[in-house]
Amino acid sequence: MRDTITIPAKLDVQAIRQQFPILSRVVKGRPLIYFDNAATSQKPQRVIDALVHYYTHYNANIHRGIHTLAEEATAAYEQTRDAVQQFINASSREEILFTRGTTEGINLVAQTWGRQNVKAGDEVIVSGMEHHSNIVPWQVLCEEKGASLKVIPVNENGELVLEEFEKLLTKKTKIVSIVHVSNALGTVNPVKYIIEKAHQVGALVVVDGAQSSVHLDIDVQELDCDFFAFSSHKLYGPTGVGVLYGKKHLLETMPVFQGGGEMIKEVTFRKTTYNDLPYKYEAGTPNIADTIAFKAALEFVNETGKAKIRDHENELLAYATEKLEEIKGLRIIGKAKEKTSLVSFVVENAHPQDIGILLDNRGIAVRTGHHCAQPLMDLFCIPGTVRASFAAYNTTEEIDELVIGLERAIKLLNK
Amino acid sequence: MSEKKTIQEVENEIVEEFGLFDSWDDKYEYIIDLGKKLPDLPDMYKIDENKVRGCQSTVWLIADYKDGKVYFSAESDAVIVKGLISLLIRVLSGRTADEIIEAPLNFIQQIGMTTHLAQTRSNGLRAMVKQMKNYALALKIKYSNNGTGYEHRGVERKGN
Repeated sequence: MRDTITIPAKLDVQAIRQQFPILSRVVKGRPLIYFDNAATSQKPQRVIDALVHYYTHYNANIHRGIHTLAEEATAAYEQTRDAVQQFINASSREEILFTRGTTEGINLVAQTWGRQNVKAGDEVIVSGMEHHSNIVPWQVLCEEKGASLKVIPVNENGELVLEEFEKLLTKKTKIVSIVHVSNALGTVNPVKYIIEKAHQVGALVVVDGAQSSVHLDIDVQELDCDFFAFSSHKLYGPTGVGVLYGKKHLLETMPVFQGGGEMIKEVTFRKTTYNDLPYKYEAGTPNIADTIAFKAALEFVNETGKAKIRDHENELLAYATEKLEEIKGLRIIGKAKEKTSLVSFVVENAHPQDIGILLDNRGIAVRTGHHCAQPLMDLFCIPGTVRASFAAYNTTEEIDELVIGLERAIKLLNK
Repeated sequence: MSEKKTIQEVENEIVEEFGLFDSWDDKYEYIIDLGKKLPDLPDMYKIDENKVRGCQSTVWLIADYKDGKVYFSAESDAVIVKGLISLLIRVLSGRTADEIIEAPLNFIQQIGMTTHLAQTRSNGLRAMVKQMKNYALALKIKYSNNGTGYEHRGVERKGN
Protein backbone atom coordinates (compact mmCIF):
# COMPACT_ATOMS: atom_id res chain seq x y z
CA MET A 1 0.00 0.00 0.00
CA ARG A 2 1.22 3.44 -0.86
CA ASP A 3 1.69 5.99 1.88
CA THR A 4 -0.54 8.97 1.49
CA ILE A 5 0.84 12.30 2.40
CA THR A 6 -1.58 15.11 2.91
CA ILE A 7 -0.13 18.32 1.65
CA PRO A 8 -2.10 21.24 3.01
CA ALA A 9 -3.31 23.53 0.28
CA LYS A 10 -1.11 26.59 0.00
CA LEU A 11 -2.40 30.08 0.05
CA ASP A 12 -3.25 31.35 -3.43
CA VAL A 13 -1.53 34.72 -3.01
CA GLN A 14 -2.56 36.03 -6.40
CA ALA A 15 -6.20 35.34 -5.63
CA ILE A 16 -5.77 37.14 -2.31
CA ARG A 17 -4.09 40.11 -3.96
CA GLN A 18 -7.01 40.52 -6.32
CA GLN A 19 -9.26 41.16 -3.35
CA PHE A 20 -7.22 44.21 -2.32
CA PRO A 21 -7.79 47.05 -4.78
CA ILE A 22 -5.11 49.28 -3.26
CA LEU A 23 -2.41 46.82 -4.30
CA SER A 24 -2.81 47.91 -7.91
CA ARG A 25 -1.64 51.40 -7.01
CA VAL A 26 1.48 52.81 -8.54
CA VAL A 27 3.70 54.79 -6.16
CA LYS A 28 6.64 56.85 -7.43
CA GLY A 29 6.30 55.15 -10.79
CA ARG A 30 6.39 51.61 -9.44
CA PRO A 31 3.81 49.09 -8.24
CA LEU A 32 3.17 49.64 -4.54
CA ILE A 33 4.94 47.23 -2.22
CA TYR A 34 3.22 47.50 1.13
CA PHE A 35 5.32 46.28 4.04
CA ASP A 36 3.78 48.42 6.78
CA ASN A 37 1.16 45.91 7.83
CA ALA A 38 2.03 46.01 11.51
CA ALA A 39 0.96 49.66 11.47
CA THR A 40 -2.24 48.95 9.58
CA SER A 41 -3.20 46.35 7.04
CA GLN A 42 -4.90 47.05 3.72
CA LYS A 43 -8.59 46.30 3.30
CA PRO A 44 -10.17 43.70 1.03
CA GLN A 45 -12.93 44.79 -1.36
CA ARG A 46 -15.61 43.16 0.77
CA VAL A 47 -14.77 45.47 3.71
CA ILE A 48 -14.96 48.52 1.47
CA ASP A 49 -18.22 47.19 0.00
CA ALA A 50 -19.69 46.66 3.47
CA LEU A 51 -18.99 50.30 4.33
CA VAL A 52 -20.51 51.56 1.09
CA HIS A 53 -23.49 49.24 1.44
CA TYR A 54 -24.20 50.43 4.97
CA TYR A 55 -24.17 54.10 4.04
CA THR A 56 -26.07 53.46 0.82
CA HIS A 57 -28.80 51.23 2.21
CA TYR A 58 -29.33 51.23 5.95
CA ASN A 59 -27.47 54.02 7.73
CA ALA A 60 -29.31 54.60 11.01
CA ASN A 61 -28.56 55.02 14.66
CA ILE A 62 -28.72 51.75 16.46
CA HIS A 63 -30.49 50.12 19.40
CA ARG A 64 -33.52 52.24 20.22
CA GLY A 65 -34.87 53.01 16.77
CA ILE A 66 -38.13 51.32 15.86
CA HIS A 67 -37.90 51.86 12.13
CA THR A 68 -36.64 49.37 9.58
CA LEU A 69 -33.27 50.99 8.95
CA ALA A 70 -32.47 51.16 12.66
CA GLU A 71 -33.39 47.52 13.05
CA GLU A 72 -31.19 46.49 10.14
CA ALA A 73 -28.26 48.56 11.38
CA THR A 74 -28.63 47.23 14.91
CA ALA A 75 -28.76 43.66 13.68
CA ALA A 76 -25.65 44.10 11.54
CA TYR A 77 -23.76 45.82 14.36
CA GLU A 78 -24.62 43.07 16.83
CA GLN A 79 -23.69 40.40 14.29
CA THR A 80 -20.14 41.75 14.38
CA ARG A 81 -20.15 41.23 18.13
CA ASP A 82 -21.12 37.61 17.58
CA ALA A 83 -18.42 37.22 14.94
CA VAL A 84 -15.82 38.66 17.32
CA GLN A 85 -16.99 36.37 20.11
CA GLN A 86 -16.37 33.39 17.85
CA PHE A 87 -13.10 34.80 16.54
CA ILE A 88 -11.54 34.87 20.01
CA ASN A 89 -13.73 32.12 21.49
CA ALA A 90 -15.18 34.22 24.30
CA SER A 91 -17.76 32.43 26.38
CA SER A 92 -20.44 35.05 25.89
CA ARG A 93 -21.22 38.01 23.67
CA GLU A 94 -21.55 40.26 26.72
CA GLU A 95 -17.81 39.97 27.15
CA ILE A 96 -17.15 41.77 23.86
CA LEU A 97 -16.93 45.54 24.18
CA PHE A 98 -16.41 47.74 21.15
CA THR A 99 -13.82 50.49 21.56
CA ARG A 100 -11.94 52.83 19.26
CA GLY A 101 -8.96 50.54 19.27
CA THR A 102 -6.45 48.67 21.40
CA THR A 103 -5.29 51.86 23.11
CA GLU A 104 -8.78 52.71 24.30
CA GLY A 105 -9.28 49.15 25.49
CA ILE A 106 -6.20 49.29 27.70
CA ASN A 107 -7.14 52.73 28.99
CA LEU A 108 -10.60 51.44 29.79
CA VAL A 109 -9.21 48.70 32.01
CA ALA A 110 -6.75 51.08 33.71
CA GLN A 111 -9.43 53.69 34.36
CA THR A 112 -12.13 51.29 35.57
CA TRP A 113 -10.81 48.11 37.16
CA GLY A 114 -7.48 49.81 37.82
CA ARG A 115 -8.89 52.84 39.60
CA GLN A 116 -11.22 50.67 41.63
CA ASN A 117 -8.65 48.11 42.72
CA VAL A 118 -5.13 49.49 42.59
CA LYS A 119 -4.11 51.17 45.83
CA ALA A 120 -1.02 52.95 47.17
CA GLY A 121 1.90 50.55 47.44
CA ASP A 122 0.45 48.14 44.87
CA GLU A 123 2.34 47.16 41.74
CA VAL A 124 1.55 46.94 38.05
CA ILE A 125 3.81 44.88 35.80
CA VAL A 126 4.47 45.58 32.13
CA SER A 127 7.42 44.51 29.99
CA GLY A 128 10.34 46.25 28.38
CA MET A 129 8.89 45.68 24.92
CA GLU A 130 5.57 47.43 25.38
CA HIS A 131 4.06 49.89 22.96
CA HIS A 132 3.60 53.30 24.60
CA SER A 133 -0.13 52.47 24.67
CA ASN A 134 0.56 49.79 27.22
CA ILE A 135 2.91 51.91 29.32
CA VAL A 136 1.35 55.34 29.64
CA PRO A 137 -2.16 54.30 30.84
CA TRP A 138 -0.51 52.38 33.69
CA GLN A 139 1.88 55.20 34.52
CA VAL A 140 -1.09 57.54 34.79
CA LEU A 141 -2.86 55.08 37.08
CA CYS A 142 0.21 54.42 39.23
CA GLU A 143 0.85 58.13 39.61
CA GLU A 144 -2.72 58.74 40.70
CA LYS A 145 -2.75 55.88 43.18
CA GLY A 146 0.80 55.94 44.48
CA ALA A 147 1.38 52.50 43.01
CA SER A 148 4.54 51.51 41.17
CA LEU A 149 5.21 50.19 37.71
CA LYS A 150 7.53 47.20 37.38
CA VAL A 151 9.13 46.19 34.11
CA ILE A 152 9.98 42.68 32.90
CA PRO A 153 13.42 42.91 31.29
CA VAL A 154 14.10 41.91 27.68
CA ASN A 155 17.20 39.97 26.58
CA GLU A 156 19.43 40.64 23.57
CA ASN A 157 17.33 38.38 21.35
CA GLY A 158 14.28 40.43 22.14
CA GLU A 159 12.68 37.89 24.46
CA LEU A 160 11.28 38.39 27.93
CA VAL A 161 13.45 37.25 30.81
CA LEU A 162 10.87 35.07 32.51
CA GLU A 163 12.93 34.33 35.63
CA GLU A 164 12.96 38.05 36.31
CA PHE A 165 9.22 38.23 35.74
CA GLU A 166 8.67 35.59 38.37
CA LYS A 167 10.80 37.56 40.80
CA LEU A 168 8.68 40.64 40.18
CA LEU A 169 5.46 38.81 41.00
CA THR A 170 4.40 39.36 44.60
CA LYS A 171 1.27 39.79 46.64
CA LYS A 172 1.50 43.49 45.77
CA THR A 173 1.04 42.76 42.04
CA LYS A 174 -2.46 43.78 41.01
CA ILE A 175 -2.20 43.77 37.23
CA VAL A 176 0.15 42.33 34.65
CA SER A 177 -0.37 44.03 31.29
CA ILE A 178 1.62 42.36 28.59
CA VAL A 179 1.98 42.56 24.84
CA HIS A 180 1.21 39.29 23.07
CA VAL A 181 3.37 40.06 20.03
CA SER A 182 5.87 42.92 20.00
CA ASN A 183 5.12 45.51 17.33
CA ALA A 184 8.78 46.49 17.11
CA LEU A 185 10.42 43.05 17.14
CA GLY A 186 7.77 40.51 16.23
CA THR A 187 8.49 38.46 19.37
CA VAL A 188 5.64 36.18 20.43
CA ASN A 189 5.48 36.23 24.22
CA PRO A 190 4.46 33.17 26.27
CA VAL A 191 1.31 34.85 27.54
CA LYS A 192 -0.35 31.64 28.69
CA TYR A 193 2.52 30.99 31.05
CA ILE A 194 2.54 34.61 32.23
CA ILE A 195 -1.20 34.47 32.90
CA GLU A 196 -0.85 31.27 34.89
CA LYS A 197 1.93 32.71 37.04
CA ALA A 198 0.17 36.03 37.58
CA HIS A 199 -3.04 34.31 38.63
CA GLN A 200 -1.10 32.38 41.25
CA VAL A 201 -0.47 35.63 43.13
CA GLY A 202 -4.00 36.87 42.50
CA ALA A 203 -3.11 39.43 39.82
CA LEU A 204 -5.21 40.07 36.73
CA VAL A 205 -3.73 39.94 33.25
CA VAL A 206 -4.42 42.30 30.36
CA VAL A 207 -3.16 41.09 26.99
CA ASP A 208 -2.35 43.66 24.30
CA GLY A 209 -3.35 41.70 21.24
CA ALA A 210 -2.94 44.49 18.68
CA GLN A 211 -0.30 42.55 16.75
CA SER A 212 -1.21 38.99 17.64
CA SER A 213 -4.89 38.86 16.70
CA VAL A 214 -4.16 38.91 12.97
CA HIS A 215 -1.49 36.19 13.04
CA LEU A 216 -2.22 33.80 15.91
CA ASP A 217 -5.28 31.79 16.85
CA ILE A 218 -6.79 33.54 19.82
CA ASP A 219 -8.76 31.60 22.40
CA VAL A 220 -9.36 33.80 25.41
CA GLN A 221 -10.84 30.93 27.41
CA GLU A 222 -7.83 28.74 26.83
CA LEU A 223 -5.47 31.62 27.61
CA ASP A 224 -7.56 32.45 30.67
CA CYS A 225 -6.62 36.12 30.29
CA ASP A 226 -8.81 38.59 32.15
CA PHE A 227 -8.77 41.19 29.39
CA PHE A 228 -7.71 41.06 25.76
CA ALA A 229 -7.57 44.20 23.62
CA PHE A 230 -7.13 44.44 19.86
CA SER A 231 -7.90 46.61 16.84
CA SER A 232 -9.84 46.01 13.66
CA HIS A 233 -7.54 47.97 11.39
CA LYS A 234 -4.56 45.67 11.86
CA LEU A 235 -6.85 42.79 11.00
CA TYR A 236 -7.89 43.85 7.47
CA GLY A 237 -10.79 45.82 8.93
CA PRO A 238 -11.58 49.54 9.13
CA THR A 239 -9.83 52.01 11.43
CA GLY A 240 -11.56 53.37 14.49
CA VAL A 241 -12.90 50.08 15.84
CA GLY A 242 -11.37 47.96 18.52
CA VAL A 243 -12.42 45.21 20.83
CA LEU A 244 -11.93 44.78 24.51
CA TYR A 245 -12.69 41.33 25.80
CA GLY A 246 -13.20 41.11 29.54
CA LYS A 247 -14.31 38.27 31.80
CA LYS A 248 -17.97 38.74 32.53
CA HIS A 249 -17.71 38.73 36.33
CA LEU A 250 -15.13 41.54 36.11
CA LEU A 251 -17.12 43.61 33.67
CA GLU A 252 -20.18 43.28 35.87
CA THR A 253 -18.53 44.79 38.91
CA MET A 254 -16.22 47.35 37.33
CA PRO A 255 -17.25 51.01 37.41
CA VAL A 256 -18.29 52.63 34.14
CA PHE A 257 -15.72 54.17 31.80
CA GLN A 258 -17.60 56.99 30.12
CA GLY A 259 -21.07 58.31 30.79
CA GLY A 260 -23.65 59.18 28.18
CA GLY A 261 -26.30 57.70 25.95
CA GLU A 262 -26.50 53.96 25.25
CA MET A 263 -24.84 53.01 28.52
CA ILE A 264 -27.77 53.86 30.79
CA LYS A 265 -30.94 52.14 31.89
CA GLU A 266 -32.60 55.00 33.68
CA VAL A 267 -31.46 58.56 34.31
CA THR A 268 -32.79 60.96 36.90
CA PHE A 269 -30.91 63.88 38.36
CA ARG A 270 -30.72 61.93 41.58
CA LYS A 271 -29.34 58.68 40.25
CA THR A 272 -28.55 56.83 37.05
CA THR A 273 -28.76 53.10 36.68
CA TYR A 274 -26.51 51.57 34.09
CA ASN A 275 -27.33 49.39 31.17
CA ASP A 276 -26.52 45.68 30.97
CA LEU A 277 -23.31 44.31 29.52
CA PRO A 278 -21.80 45.06 27.10
CA TYR A 279 -23.65 48.38 26.63
CA LYS A 280 -22.63 49.66 30.05
CA TYR A 281 -19.21 50.38 28.54
CA GLU A 282 -20.37 51.74 25.19
CA ALA A 283 -21.42 55.33 25.82
CA GLY A 284 -22.63 57.44 22.93
CA THR A 285 -23.32 56.53 19.33
CA PRO A 286 -20.65 54.01 18.43
CA ASN A 287 -18.71 53.69 15.20
CA ILE A 288 -21.54 51.81 13.52
CA ALA A 289 -20.32 51.63 9.93
CA ASP A 290 -16.78 50.52 10.70
CA THR A 291 -17.96 48.00 13.26
CA ILE A 292 -20.34 46.47 10.74
CA ALA A 293 -17.60 46.33 8.10
CA PHE A 294 -15.20 44.73 10.59
CA LYS A 295 -17.31 41.57 10.29
CA ALA A 296 -16.41 41.38 6.60
CA ALA A 297 -12.72 41.51 7.58
CA LEU A 298 -13.17 38.64 10.05
CA GLU A 299 -14.97 36.67 7.34
CA PHE A 300 -12.05 37.29 5.00
CA VAL A 301 -9.62 35.88 7.57
CA ASN A 302 -11.86 32.94 8.44
CA GLU A 303 -12.58 31.99 4.85
CA THR A 304 -8.95 32.32 3.80
CA GLY A 305 -7.88 30.38 6.86
CA LYS A 306 -5.70 31.82 9.58
CA ALA A 307 -3.41 28.78 9.57
CA LYS A 308 -2.92 29.05 5.83
CA ILE A 309 -2.17 32.77 6.10
CA ARG A 310 0.22 32.06 8.95
CA ASP A 311 2.11 29.42 6.94
CA HIS A 312 2.49 31.86 4.10
CA GLU A 313 3.62 34.66 6.39
CA ASN A 314 6.12 32.38 8.09
CA GLU A 315 7.58 31.54 4.69
CA LEU A 316 7.90 35.25 3.98
CA LEU A 317 9.55 35.80 7.35
CA ALA A 318 12.09 33.04 6.78
CA TYR A 319 12.81 34.25 3.25
CA ALA A 320 13.17 37.89 4.29
CA THR A 321 15.39 37.01 7.26
CA GLU A 322 17.68 34.95 5.06
CA LYS A 323 17.92 37.56 2.29
CA LEU A 324 18.33 40.54 4.61
CA GLU A 325 21.06 38.86 6.62
CA GLU A 326 23.09 38.62 3.42
CA ILE A 327 23.25 42.40 3.21
CA LYS A 328 26.54 43.71 4.53
CA GLY A 329 26.22 45.93 7.59
CA LEU A 330 22.59 44.99 8.20
CA ARG A 331 21.66 43.79 11.67
CA ILE A 332 18.28 42.31 12.52
CA ILE A 333 16.91 43.53 15.83
CA GLY A 334 14.81 40.89 17.54
CA LYS A 335 15.81 37.29 17.01
CA ALA A 336 13.31 35.58 19.21
CA LYS A 337 12.68 31.90 18.59
CA GLU A 338 9.02 32.59 18.10
CA LYS A 339 8.21 35.52 15.87
CA THR A 340 5.41 36.76 13.66
CA SER A 341 6.06 37.98 10.13
CA LEU A 342 7.99 41.12 10.89
CA VAL A 343 11.64 42.05 10.44
CA SER A 344 13.13 45.01 12.26
CA PHE A 345 16.65 46.01 11.34
CA VAL A 346 19.34 48.65 11.38
CA VAL A 347 22.08 49.26 8.83
CA GLU A 348 25.55 50.46 9.66
CA ASN A 349 26.16 54.09 8.64
CA ALA A 350 22.59 54.58 7.47
CA HIS A 351 19.85 56.23 9.50
CA PRO A 352 16.53 54.34 9.41
CA GLN A 353 14.79 57.48 8.20
CA ASP A 354 17.13 57.84 5.23
CA ILE A 355 16.49 54.23 4.28
CA GLY A 356 12.75 54.74 4.62
CA ILE A 357 12.79 57.80 2.35
CA LEU A 358 14.85 56.03 -0.29
CA LEU A 359 12.66 52.91 -0.18
CA ASP A 360 9.54 55.05 -0.52
CA ASN A 361 11.19 56.55 -3.56
CA ARG A 362 10.92 53.05 -5.07
CA GLY A 363 7.30 52.56 -4.02
CA ILE A 364 8.18 50.43 -1.00
CA ALA A 365 6.32 51.29 2.22
CA VAL A 366 8.14 50.37 5.41
CA ARG A 367 8.01 51.94 8.85
CA THR A 368 11.00 53.65 10.40
CA GLY A 369 11.56 55.06 13.85
CA HIS A 370 11.09 53.92 17.39
CA HIS A 371 7.72 52.23 16.70
CA CYS A 372 6.23 53.85 19.82
CA ALA A 373 8.53 51.67 21.90
CA GLN A 374 11.24 54.09 22.97
CA PRO A 375 12.30 52.17 26.10
CA LEU A 376 12.96 49.13 23.89
CA MET A 377 15.05 51.15 21.42
CA ASP A 378 17.08 52.50 24.36
CA LEU A 379 17.74 48.92 25.43
CA PHE A 380 19.29 48.14 22.05
CA CYS A 381 21.04 51.54 22.03
CA ILE A 382 19.53 52.52 18.69
CA PRO A 383 17.40 55.53 17.69
CA GLY A 384 15.02 53.29 15.82
CA THR A 385 14.80 50.60 13.20
CA VAL A 386 13.48 49.97 9.73
CA ARG A 387 10.56 47.59 10.01
CA ALA A 388 9.13 45.48 7.22
CA SER A 389 5.99 43.61 8.26
CA PHE A 390 4.22 41.13 6.05
CA ALA A 391 0.59 40.19 5.44
CA ALA A 392 -1.33 37.58 3.51
CA TYR A 393 -0.99 39.47 0.22
CA ASN A 394 2.79 39.92 0.26
CA THR A 395 5.10 37.85 -1.93
CA THR A 396 8.72 36.72 -2.01
CA GLU A 397 9.13 38.75 -5.22
CA GLU A 398 8.29 41.85 -3.22
CA ILE A 399 10.94 40.90 -0.69
CA ASP A 400 13.44 40.63 -3.56
CA GLU A 401 12.48 44.19 -4.52
CA LEU A 402 13.03 45.28 -0.92
CA VAL A 403 16.50 43.78 -0.98
CA ILE A 404 17.33 45.54 -4.25
CA GLY A 405 15.97 48.80 -2.89
CA LEU A 406 17.97 48.42 0.29
CA GLU A 407 21.18 47.68 -1.53
CA ARG A 408 20.72 50.76 -3.69
CA ALA A 409 19.88 52.92 -0.69
CA ILE A 410 22.93 51.74 1.22
CA LYS A 411 25.14 52.36 -1.81
CA LEU A 412 23.72 55.86 -2.24
CA LEU A 413 24.12 56.70 1.43
CA ASN A 414 27.70 55.47 1.54
CA LYS A 415 28.96 56.99 -1.69
CA MET B 1 32.12 92.63 -3.28
CA SER B 2 28.95 91.81 -5.13
CA GLU B 3 25.56 92.26 -3.51
CA LYS B 4 24.24 89.23 -1.69
CA LYS B 5 21.57 87.44 -3.68
CA THR B 6 17.99 87.82 -2.52
CA ILE B 7 16.11 84.90 -1.00
CA GLN B 8 14.10 84.65 -4.21
CA GLU B 9 17.26 84.51 -6.31
CA VAL B 10 18.74 81.75 -4.19
CA GLU B 11 15.47 79.82 -4.31
CA ASN B 12 15.42 80.13 -8.11
CA GLU B 13 18.99 78.93 -8.26
CA ILE B 14 18.11 75.79 -6.27
CA VAL B 15 15.07 75.11 -8.44
CA GLU B 16 17.29 75.37 -11.52
CA GLU B 17 19.85 72.99 -10.06
CA PHE B 18 17.21 70.40 -9.32
CA GLY B 19 15.81 70.85 -12.83
CA LEU B 20 18.98 69.25 -14.14
CA PHE B 21 18.15 65.89 -12.62
CA ASP B 22 16.20 63.33 -14.61
CA SER B 23 15.34 60.97 -11.81
CA TRP B 24 14.40 60.98 -8.17
CA ASP B 25 17.46 58.89 -7.43
CA ASP B 26 19.64 61.70 -8.77
CA LYS B 27 17.79 64.30 -6.71
CA TYR B 28 18.30 62.29 -3.56
CA GLU B 29 21.90 61.61 -4.44
CA TYR B 30 22.43 65.37 -4.63
CA ILE B 31 20.64 65.97 -1.31
CA ILE B 32 22.70 63.23 0.34
CA ASP B 33 25.83 64.86 -1.02
CA LEU B 34 24.77 68.24 0.38
CA GLY B 35 24.08 66.58 3.71
CA LYS B 36 27.53 65.08 3.85
CA LYS B 37 29.14 68.41 3.06
CA LEU B 38 27.32 70.31 5.80
CA PRO B 39 29.85 70.92 8.57
CA ASP B 40 29.13 69.14 11.85
CA LEU B 41 28.12 71.11 14.90
CA PRO B 42 30.56 71.01 17.79
CA ASP B 43 29.37 68.42 20.33
CA MET B 44 28.75 71.08 22.98
CA TYR B 45 25.75 72.32 20.99
CA LYS B 46 24.23 68.89 20.61
CA ILE B 47 22.02 69.21 23.66
CA ASP B 48 18.32 68.75 24.22
CA GLU B 49 17.60 72.48 24.23
CA ASN B 50 18.84 72.80 20.67
CA LYS B 51 16.84 69.86 19.35
CA VAL B 52 14.09 70.51 16.86
CA ARG B 53 10.93 68.84 18.11
CA GLY B 54 8.84 66.85 15.69
CA CYS B 55 11.56 65.14 13.74
CA GLN B 56 12.00 61.39 13.56
CA SER B 57 15.73 61.89 13.27
CA THR B 58 17.58 64.06 15.72
CA VAL B 59 18.08 67.59 14.47
CA TRP B 60 20.02 70.25 16.36
CA LEU B 61 19.62 73.83 15.22
CA ILE B 62 21.27 76.96 16.57
CA ALA B 63 21.05 80.61 15.56
CA ASP B 64 23.55 83.45 15.86
CA TYR B 65 22.80 87.12 15.57
CA LYS B 66 25.38 89.45 14.06
CA ASP B 67 25.08 92.86 12.49
CA GLY B 68 21.31 92.58 12.38
CA LYS B 69 21.39 89.25 10.61
CA VAL B 70 20.60 85.73 11.69
CA TYR B 71 23.01 82.90 11.01
CA PHE B 72 22.01 79.27 11.32
CA SER B 73 24.03 76.15 11.97
CA ALA B 74 22.51 72.70 12.21
CA GLU B 75 23.17 69.01 12.19
CA SER B 76 21.21 65.79 12.02
CA ASP B 77 22.00 62.13 12.42
CA ALA B 78 20.08 61.42 9.20
CA VAL B 79 21.82 62.51 6.04
CA ILE B 80 18.80 63.33 3.85
CA VAL B 81 17.46 65.60 6.55
CA LYS B 82 20.91 67.14 6.77
CA GLY B 83 20.83 67.81 3.04
CA LEU B 84 17.44 69.49 3.34
CA ILE B 85 18.72 71.61 6.24
CA SER B 86 21.69 72.56 4.14
CA LEU B 87 19.29 73.94 1.49
CA LEU B 88 17.34 75.87 4.14
CA ILE B 89 20.55 77.32 5.54
CA ARG B 90 21.65 78.35 2.06
CA VAL B 91 18.39 80.25 1.59
CA LEU B 92 17.83 81.67 5.07
CA SER B 93 21.18 82.11 6.80
CA GLY B 94 22.66 85.60 6.86
CA ARG B 95 19.31 87.32 6.36
CA THR B 96 17.49 89.81 8.48
CA ALA B 97 14.87 88.44 10.85
CA ASP B 98 12.08 89.97 8.73
CA GLU B 99 13.37 88.37 5.56
CA ILE B 100 13.42 84.98 7.28
CA ILE B 101 9.97 85.36 8.80
CA GLU B 102 8.48 86.38 5.46
CA ALA B 103 10.34 83.91 3.24
CA PRO B 104 7.75 81.92 1.26
CA LEU B 105 10.12 79.00 0.63
CA ASN B 106 8.27 77.92 -2.50
CA PHE B 107 11.37 76.11 -3.68
CA ILE B 108 10.61 73.15 -1.41
CA GLN B 109 7.49 72.45 -3.43
CA GLN B 110 9.15 73.30 -6.73
CA ILE B 111 11.93 70.76 -6.26
CA GLY B 112 9.35 68.12 -5.35
CA MET B 113 10.16 67.86 -1.67
CA THR B 114 6.64 68.64 -0.50
CA THR B 115 6.33 65.15 0.95
CA HIS B 116 8.90 66.23 3.50
CA LEU B 117 6.60 69.03 4.59
CA ALA B 118 3.76 66.61 5.25
CA GLN B 119 2.06 66.66 8.61
CA THR B 120 3.61 63.37 9.56
CA ARG B 121 6.09 63.57 12.33
CA SER B 122 8.49 61.48 10.34
CA ASN B 123 10.34 64.04 8.27
CA GLY B 124 10.28 67.22 10.20
CA LEU B 125 11.19 69.70 7.47
CA ARG B 126 8.13 71.65 8.53
CA ALA B 127 9.38 71.63 12.11
CA MET B 128 12.76 72.92 10.98
CA VAL B 129 11.29 75.77 8.95
CA LYS B 130 9.09 76.70 11.89
CA GLN B 131 12.03 76.59 14.27
CA MET B 132 14.16 78.82 12.02
CA LYS B 133 11.35 81.36 11.76
CA ASN B 134 10.81 81.21 15.52
CA TYR B 135 14.50 81.90 16.13
CA ALA B 136 14.33 84.86 13.75
CA LEU B 137 11.26 86.24 15.50
CA ALA B 138 12.76 85.75 18.97
CA LEU B 139 16.01 87.43 17.97
CA LYS B 140 14.16 90.27 16.33
CA ILE B 141 12.25 90.98 19.52
CA LYS B 142 15.32 90.54 21.69
CA TYR B 143 17.49 92.98 19.75
CA SER B 144 14.88 95.37 18.42
CA ASN B 145 16.16 98.02 20.84
CA ASN B 146 19.82 97.48 20.10
CA GLY B 147 19.85 98.55 16.47
CA THR B 148 21.57 96.43 13.86
CA GLY B 149 25.19 97.35 14.41
CA TYR B 150 25.52 95.83 17.81
CA GLU B 151 27.30 92.52 17.71
CA HIS B 152 25.88 89.57 19.51
CA ARG B 153 27.47 86.29 18.66
CA GLY B 154 26.47 83.08 20.24
CA VAL B 155 23.69 84.57 22.29
CA GLU B 156 21.16 82.00 21.17
CA ARG B 157 23.66 79.22 21.24
CA LYS B 158 22.88 76.98 24.07
CA GLY B 159 25.77 74.77 24.92
CA ASN B 160 28.12 73.85 27.70
